[in-house]
Amino acid sequence: MTLLTGRAVTKQYGRTAALAEADVEVAAGEILAVTGPSGSGKSTLLLCLSGIVTPDSGEVWFAGARLDDRGEAARAVLRRTEIGVLLQHGQLVPELTAVENVALPLLLGGATRGSAARSAEQWLDRFGVAGEAAKRPGELSGGQQQRVALARALVTGPRLLFADEPTGSLDSVAGESVLAALVSAAKDNATAVLLITHDATVAAYADREVHLRDGRVLSGVTA
Amino acid sequence: MSTRHLLLGLLARGPQHGYELKRAHDDALPSAKPLAFGQVYATIGRLERDGLIEPAGSDRVAGPERVSYQLTHSGRTTLAEWLDAVETPAPHLGGALLEKVVVALLAADRDTATRYLVQQRAAHMARMRELIQVRQTATSVSEAAAADYTITHLDADLRWMQQTAARVDALEKEIRP
Repeated sequence: MTLLTGRAVTKQYGRTAALAEADVEVAAGEILAVTGPSGSGKSTLLLCLSGIVTPDSGEVWFAGARLDDRGEAARAVLRRTEIGVLLQHGQLVPELTAVENVALPLLLGGATRGSAARSAEQWLDRFGVAGEAAKRPGELSGGQQQRVALARALVTGPRLLFADEPTGSLDSVAGESVLAALVSAAKDNATAVLLITHDATVAAYADREVHLRDGRVLSGVTA
Repeated sequence: MSTRHLLLGLLARGPQHGYELKRAHDDALPSAKPLAFGQVYATIGRLERDGLIEPAGSDRVAGPERVSYQLTHSGRTTLAEWLDAVETPAPHLGGALLEKVVVALLAADRDTATRYLVQQRAAHMARMRELIQVRQTATSVSEAAAADYTITHLDADLRWMQQTAARVDALEKEIRP
């Protein structure tokens, strides 16, 4: 079943065509890598498909409903509940502990403090950082921070996770460990992942690849 | 390196004799080892024997008679099939990948070269996925390290393919001025 569809998604910044009629589909539970060199439109595609940015033309559909023509408030709710986003530098709140960071999306969604903390602790445990629950991001290594950020992105049980260069700031050993954890958790929870990366080794963790060049999806690279 | 396919690719541009083929090869692949005349004429003999090329005429300019050769229908088909086939992803493929891109530009056009790079990338990515599975389920460090070795080399190939795909237009202008 198709979970996310981008049809002829086009976005222009000034005179630069960041995306030109890009077609992308993500099936439920599928891990799709979007690859391409710097400036090929990968991050713009993520912004358009996740509803953070409205495309100039084209359509974005999520779970059978149009996403791009909804208001910002409705999109924000969707991003807090059914869509998770993981960025290169986890963007954890520096003043909060690891467990508080992970619990935050649940609290914003109306969960009680106790149940949010319990869920957060389970996810930290799942990613092997339960022992760091009381530490603030500044006290964690880069790999640990990304594991906490991954836990925060998945704690609400999203159907789709957008991951933008999630291991870009890590060395290869820490990066592989975070990727393996991401893929394993996504498969166990049937969470689809749209994984943005310029790195072929990272893309090889995905089920399928879409390659972008100059804002266009290159036909043929779908294996 | 496949001298047979290289010569077929060079002949796709039109009839040439042995000396012209050697010069054209050395010009198109300056980083490769220059072709020996003996190798050129031996390969021409085998290609003609296999019905992939045929004599197109002869001339004599202050020396022995020189026979020009052209592709047969079977030669064109063989060349097209080779250009459509991806190489088995493995370490140390670099020369073969470059060779195929160059022949695609010589015998066809930039779309053919790009299509080959796209297909080769898909083949490499499929192999990378298999190797990552091997690494994740490895029962020994040496098994994981062996998988890592190939993954790292395939990754280098993939980077080269990406860079080359971005430079296909410039490469075509250089090879076919």
